[in-house]
Order: sequence, then C-alpha cells, then structure tokens
Amino acid sequence: MNHDQARRFVQEAVQHVVPGADFTGLAPEANLRDTFEMDSLDFLGFVEALARLSGQELTENDYPSLVTWEGCARLLESREHVAHGGRSR
Amino acid sequence: MPEFTMPSLGADMDEGTLSQWLVRPGDRVSRGDVVAVVETSKSAIEVECFQTGTVDSLLVPEGTTVPVGTPLALIEEGDREKPADGRPGQRAPSPPAVPEHPPVPPRGTTTREDGFVTPLIRRLAGERRVDLGELHGSGAGGRITRADIIRAAGTAAKPVSSDGRTKASPLARKLAAESGIDIAKVPGSGRNGTVRAADVREATQTPSEPPSAQTRSLPSAQEPALPAVGRSRKETDRTGTARLMARSKREIPHFYLSTTIDMGTALDWMRDRNTALPLSERLIPAALMLKAVACAAEEVPELNGHWIDDAFVPARQVRLGVAVALRQGGLVVPALGEAERRSLPEVMSSLKDLVSRARRGRLRASETADPSITITSLGDQGVECVFGVIYPPQVALVGLGRVIERPAAVNGLLGVRPTLTATLSLDHRAANGATGARFLNCLDRLLQRPEEL
Repeated sequence: MNHDQARRFVQEAVQHVVPGADFTGLAPEANLRDTFEMDSLDFLGFVEALARLSGQELTENDYPSLVTWEGCARLLESREHVAHGGRSR
Repeated sequence: MPEFTMPSLGADMDEGTLSQWLVRPGDRVSRGDVVAVVETSKSAIEVECFQTGTVDSLLVPEGTTVPVGTPLALIEEGDREKPADGRPGQRAPSPPAVPEHPPVPPRGTTTREDGFVTPLIRRLAGERRVDLGELHGSGAGGRITRADIIRAAGTAAKPVSSDGRTKASPLARKLAAESGIDIAKVPGSGRNGTVRAADVREATQTPSEPPSAQTRSLPSAQEPALPAVGRSRKETDRTGTARLMARSKREIPHFYLSTTIDMGTALDWMRDRNTALPLSERLIPAALMLKAVACAAEEVPELNGHWIDDAFVPARQVRLGVAVALRQGGLVVPALGEAERRSLPEVMSSLKDLVSRARRGRLRASETADPSITITSLGDQGVECVFGVIYPPQVALVGLGRVIERPAAVNGLLGVRPTLTATLSLDHRAANGATGARFLNCLDRLLQRPEEL
C-alpha cells in the first residue's frame, strides 16, 4: 500500500460513516472527528471500516494515531511495511 | 372491531401522515408486525400493530395527514393468540393524554430484524413465486424489501397507463420529483406494477449496481436520508421541538444537580475488555453510561415515569430516551427498552442499531413511544457538562458531559483521573433534591463496578 492508497482508504472509511464527507482542500493534519463531526459511535464505525478496507487489525492503542488524515495514512503504511518485512504482528 | 389508530410517536407529535400501507384488507397480521409507515415532522417511522387478526379495511388512504388517535384501519381479531394488552375493542377517544405503553415486542425483535418479513412482502413473494428463504434481504438488518422480491422475480415490465404515463401513486411522483429520479425507471411493486412511494424510496437508497468485488469498496451502511415529505421537515421539526421545549420550561419547575464521577476504573476495564475483542464487539463509554443510567433509574423509580394530571405516575419499566442528533439537523429521541436487563454487548448493539436507524429514518413506532427518562450526551462535542430541558411528561433528564482528565484527590494524594460530569434536571413537582442525589450517587457507584454492569 502506498501513501496515496492509504489516504484513499481513510477517505472512504470516513465517507462510510459520514456520507458525502468532502475531503477537498482538507489539511492533512486536520482532526477528522472534529472536521466531520463524528461522535464516538461514528468513530468506531470509521475504525471498523478502515480495518476492513485496509485488511489491517486496528486496536484501541492505535486510536491516538487515528486522529488526522495523515496520521491514519502513516499508520496504515507503516503496518504494511512491517507485515511485508515478515515479522508477525 | 378493534381499530388501529394513528399512534403518538413522541411527546411533540400531534399529527402524522400515513405515507404507506404495508398490508391490505384480507391480510393476516400478527401482533408486532409492521403494518404501515408514518411520516412525522421528524422522520419516517415504521408502525407495528398490537393485534393479531385479519385486516378488515383501511380507513385512511396513503398520503393523508391525520391527528394522533384517528382510526386508520379495522382489524378483525383472530384467535391465534389472546390479545395480551387491554386494548381490543376499546375505542381510542381523543388523543390519549397518557401515551399508552405499547407492549415491548419479545426481546430480539426490536433490534434484530433478520428474517423479519412483513405480511405484504410475504404476499408479494407468494404472488411472484419467490422463495423467501432463498432471498438475501438488502434492507436494514438484512430485511427483505419489496425491491428484493421484484429483483428476484425478474419483473421488469412496467405498466403504462393509456396516456403513456407510468402508473404511480401521487406520493411516489412527488418523492421522485423531489429526489430527481425518473419515475419511469423505478420498478413498481403496487397492484399491476404501480410505482408506490416505497419503491421510490428504495430506488433512492439502493445502489443501482452491486459494488464490484475487486475495488474492495464497502457497501455504504448509511443510506442517504429519506427525502422529506414536503419541503420543510427540518422547519416543522424545529417548531415541534420548540413547542415542546417551551411547554417544558413553562410548566415544569426545573432544578438541577450535578456530580463528578471518576471514570478511571470503568475506562480501564473497558479498554482491557476491548483489547481482546474484534472491532465489531468493542464497547464505547456511552454503552456503559446508558446501562448504568438505566440501572440507576430502576433503583430510583421515583424519577422513572411521567407527570400526569398533577401526579407522578411511575413507569412500569425503564425506557431510556436517547437523544440522537441527525446529520441534517434536528433531534430524535428513540427509546431503548429494558437496557437495565440486557448485557453490555446487547446494549451496545442496540445503541448502534438505534442510532443508525434513527439517522436513516427507519425507527419503529414502539421505539419512539414514551421514554420514561431521557439521556442527553454532549460529550462528543467536547463540553464538560450539560443541563438539559426535561421532555414532558417525563420528570428527569440525565446530562452527560465529556470525559476529561482532571486533577483529583485519590487516596489522599493528588492524581490525574478521567472524570465525567453527570447532571440531572428534575421536575420539582415530582422529586426533591434527596431523590436526585440518590440517583446520581447510584450512577457513580454503578460506574465504579463496570464488571457488574
């Protein structure tokens, strides 16, 4: 998964819970929950969708990295590298 | 013969529009079957009947707006099972001052709709020789919809009236026009293939093609909101809420209590539990709080009920009103029944289900009927505490703020703990400060032992 793909997954996952969420011009470091007014239930739905799309396991310990668009994308990307490096998660 | 009447779907509802019948004269219905869809100023709500029997006649055509309590249909009672609530034969006079407690359907049916089939769908399937058992429902909770049957039957032929126009109900035309859909392209499920309002709604909700597998895209769980009947649902919703809130502040002598609850234990417990579980089974703090509030309401029944005719009438069970903000603006307050008796995972899945259906305009009547106490939580908007306005005729409203790390005294030392400010708005006619204090202390105690919730 490259960075752009990861960013697309994040966008799709947000749009899954907030239909029509507009990412045009969104700063990479903007807070996703604030920007798209996701409550805790929405956020859980977002994480579920992101895990499904990326095929990665996401735990509560990852939540702090899942605040911004960029943060999410970086996390997904780094996971992918670890997985490809042959180390078990 | 028992009448099926326009139900009260919330304290602020005076009238509703019968937007769709899901049964026809001659159909067998069982208690709990969804028989009609009613549009209120807030959303579309699926209405169940409380009798078992045969539909004798429909008294109100689709698209008609009538006051609460107006007879909508006559249902001849069958002998399949004894009517369990005292309603049969009883005429609903003017809108009842006390909304009746509709019997809560057996556990499971409120939240799980798997395999749930309305009489009309059953009949449609029979007519078109579709095996219901083999169908995969595309509706909420896997429910089989009309469109599924039509798709399965491969009916594409469109009846056209003599003037070349597609046959469609007036409401269907209106909805199609509002959502910019070509009515000629909507598959009709009505008599002789007439396009009905529900077909248009389904057409606006169902993606035209199944998502292709290779793009790994998710089927959207959030369907677009139902097109409002009329243009100003949001406006009428505001007026409904405005009236109710003004009445509350005019009639109810509010007073307020507040307490700070240490959430450290509860959150640690939840985090440990969640670590071992797949995402779909994880809890959020709101589920813990809802369950704790429901248990507290059971322990302090003096706050769980309604103020009617100058007296407090305790509710027979806890029906927790959960204020849900809609994305397009506005608020609905569906009720979560018997949360105090359900396990936390059950409360969590009911909450998910309730919120997502509230936002899609797919609530059931039994879920909107008279909550006995309401919770509002502004925690996700980052404020510390909220003092809410009581929903008449209830007597209490619980306000939950955001969980914030604060300095706190712990075992004689100063520590930093995640804390929650819980507030209680009370009707002073029904309760005094001591009762309220008992409630909040009980809530605190419960949240200190999350494993027992």
